[in-house]
Amino acid sequence: MNSTTSANSGSTALAFKDQTIVQTLAKNITSLANQLAELKKRPLQIMEVCGGHTHAIYRFGLDQLLPDTLEFVHGPGCPVCVLPPEAVDNAIALAQQPNTILASFGDTLRVPGSANSLLQAKALGADVRVLYSPMDALQLATQHPDKRIIFFAIGFDTTMPGIAYSIQQAYQQQIPNLFFYCHHIRLLPTLEGLFLQPNPVKLDGLIGPGHVSMVIGSKVYEDFVTKTDLPLVIAGFEPVDLLDALYQILLQIEQGESRVENRYTRVVQEQGNQAALKSIHEVFDMDIDANWRGLGEVSGSGVHIKDKYRAYDAQQFINKEEANKHSETQLEPIYCQQVMTGQLRPTQCPKFNSECIPEHPLGALMVSSEGACAAYYQYKIRA
Amino acid sequence: MTTNDKSNEANKEIITLAHGAGGRAMQNLIEGLFLKAFGDEGLLLKDDQARLYLTEYAVHQLAMTTDSYVVSPIQFPGGDIGKLAVYGTVNDLAVGGAIPLYLSAAFIIEEGLSIAELGSIVYSMAQAAQTAKVKIVTGDTKVVERGKADKLFINTTGIGVIPPNIEISAQKARPGDKVIVNGNIGSHGAAVMLARGELGLSADIKSDCAPLNLLIQPLLQQFPDIHCMRDATRGGVGVVLNELAQASGVNIELIEPNLPITPQVNGVCELLGLEPLYLANEGLAVFIVPEEHADAILRQMQQHPHGEHARIIGSVVDSVPDKTTKGQSSQALLYIKNEFGSKRILDIPYGIQLPRIC
Repeated sequence: MNSTTSANSGSTALAFKDQTIVQTLAKNITSLANQLAELKKRPLQIMEVCGGHTHAIYRFGLDQLLPDTLEFVHGPGCPVCVLPPEAVDNAIALAQQPNTILASFGDTLRVPGSANSLLQAKALGADVRVLYSPMDALQLATQHPDKRIIFFAIGFDTTMPGIAYSIQQAYQQQIPNLFFYCHHIRLLPTLEGLFLQPNPVKLDGLIGPGHVSMVIGSKVYEDFVTKTDLPLVIAGFEPVDLLDALYQILLQIEQGESRVENRYTRVVQEQGNQAALKSIHEVFDMDIDANWRGLGEVSGSGVHIKDKYRAYDAQQFINKEEANKHSETQLEPIYCQQVMTGQLRPTQCPKFNSECIPEHPLGALMVSSEGACAAYYQYKIRA
Repeated sequence: MTTNDKSNEANKEIITLAHGAGGRAMQNLIEGLFLKAFGDEGLLLKDDQARLYLTEYAVHQLAMTTDSYVVSPIQFPGGDIGKLAVYGTVNDLAVGGAIPLYLSAAFIIEEGLSIAELGSIVYSMAQAAQTAKVKIVTGDTKVVERGKADKLFINTTGIGVIPPNIEISAQKARPGDKVIVNGNIGSHGAAVMLARGELGLSADIKSDCAPLNLLIQPLLQQFPDIHCMRDATRGGVGVVLNELAQASGVNIELIEPNLPITPQVNGVCELLGLEPLYLANEGLAVFIVPEEHADAILRQMQQHPHGEHARIIGSVVDSVPDKTTKGQSSQALLYIKNEFGSKRILDIPYGIQLPRIC
C-alpha cells in the first residue's frame, strides 16, 4: 500500500500566521513577561520540549518579537539527536549485509555513528533509501522480493504508531522479507527523567509537544505536572499556536497555577489517538530502560518488539560480537549533554560556531534539522 | 504484419551494447534517430567537428558553458532530461548576457533503455533547441552496461556571443539594487521529487523548465546595465543569492511575503520540512538590477510568458566591511525578513535537503 497525501495545502494555514494576531500576542506576552520577571527578579525560563518547536521558533523569528525577560530553554525532544552512536553503527552494519536495502526517515541519514553516518555508508555502496512513511517499506518489500528490506525506525511516540501498524501489516500479509530495527524513545519517561530527579532542571513552564501529544493525548501529563508544579501547555507548530501557548503559560504563572492545557485541540485529544495507542501496545513492550545519546540511561523510555512479532525484528541479523566491538559509546561533548537537558543554550556553548558547525558537527544537536544547535546556527543572526 | 504489430515491435526495441560499439547498430541509431531529430546541416556532414560561423555577430566575447544532466526520472511533469539539457545550457549562457547559438550533445545510455523512450527524449531536445533558437551541431553516443548509468545521462556544451555593451557579473551587486525573480520558486525541484514517487505525495506541480534567453535578450536590449543574473538551478534561489552576496561583498535581504511560491510547492515543503528557497528551478533566474530601473524591468518581464509571475523579492542592503580592514572574519549574508518583521539568516545548506522525521 502506498499512502498518498495531497500537498495542496491552502488558506487555512494562513490564519495561523496572521500578522495582527501574532503582533497582539507578542505584545501581551512582552508586557506580562516583563511584569513576572520583575516580581521574580530574574528572566522567565520556558522549555520547548519538542525539536519541531525549536525549529519553528527560529524559522519564524518569534524569539525576536519577545523580550529578554523571557528565555527559551531547549528540551530533549529531537529524536535524531538522542539516537546513540551504536544504533547508527548497527544500522550501517545491517545496510552493508548482502542483498539488503536499509530505509529510514530523511534526517536519520546524517546522524554520526562512531565512525560513519548512513549517508557515508550509502556513498560507499550500501543501499540506503529515504522513505517518508514506513508503510512505503511494505511496497519496497513487494517490489524487491529477492532482497531483505530493513526499516530503521526511530522517533518519539509520534512515529511509533506508523511503525507498529506497518509491523502489523507485514505480519498479516506474511511479508517474508521486511524487518524493522526499532529505536523509539518515549517522551513522558524522558521528561520524568529530567525533572523528577534529585537535581532537576529549573524552569517556569513547558511548551508541550504537538505531534507526540496527538498520539498520547493531553491527560497523561497531569501526574507529571502535579509532581513538578510546572505549567504545561500543548502547542501546534504555527506562529500563532506557539505564541498563544506561551501566553497561556504566562497566565498560569501569573495566577500561581500549574496545569496541563491543550491549545492544539484541532489535533490533540484528551485521551490521545486510541487506534494509534492500541497498535503501539499490541506491537511493543513498553517501559524498557534505554541508553540515549546525551541523556544516558532513561528509565522506562525504550520499547522492544513483542514476541508475537519477533520474526519482523531486525535485531536477529545483528552480529552481537561485531556490535560489541564498536559499542564503546563515544562520549558526546559535555556541552551537548547540557544543551540537551536545558542547562545551556547553544550560543553559550564555547564550541558553537567555532569548532562545531554543520560541516564538522561535534554532536548530533548540530546535525539534525530539529537539533537546537542546528536551529540556532541556521536561523539566528550570527554576525 | 500489420502496422500496429510493426509499431509494437518498434516499441519493444531496446538499447544494447551493440548500439555503442561503433558498428552498424550504432550507425543506424545515429542516422535513424539523432541526425533525423537534430537535422542540422553541419551535423549532417558527419565531420568530426562542428564549424561555427560567427561573422554575422558583433562579438565582444564568446561565452562557453558545459553541463551534465543526470535527473531521475528522465521524464517528469513539465519536462524531461532532453529538454533540461537544452534549456539548462542555454540558460547558463543567457544569464551571462550571451546570445546562445550552438550546442553539443553527448549521450551516455544505459543498456536496456527502450529506443522509443530515447527517441521521445531526443525529439523533445530537438523541439527545445528549436524553441530556444539554438542549433545542436555536434554530439557523441556511448552505451554502458546495465546498472552503470541511470537510464540516460546527457552532457551539453553551449557556445554563445556576448554583445559589446553587456557586462554582467556576480561581483556587481551594489547597495540599493533590487532583487527580482522571473517566476514561481521551487516548482522544478518539487515536481521531480514527487515524480520519483518515493514520498507518497501527490500534487499538481509542473517543472518550470524554460529557455530564459527568450526573456533575457529583449530585456538586455532595453536595460543593458542589469548588474547580476544567475539561473537558480541546483541549490535554488537561496544558494544563488548567497553566492552573489559573497562575490559582491554585500548583504542581501529578502522579504518573505513577496516570494512567489505556489500553495502546492509550499504545501509539499511544509509537509516534508523543506525550504522552497533551496529547491531547484529550471526556468527561473535571479536578477540584481539598479534600483531606478527595477520597476520598469519588472513590468517588461511580466509581459513575457516566462516572466508573468515575476516579483521584486528583496534588495541589496549594505556592503560588508572588507575582512582585512576590520581584522576579523565578516561574511556577506542573505537574510530573510518575514511578515512579523523578524529577520533570519538563509545560509547555504551543507548538503542535500532531507525530509524531517515528524
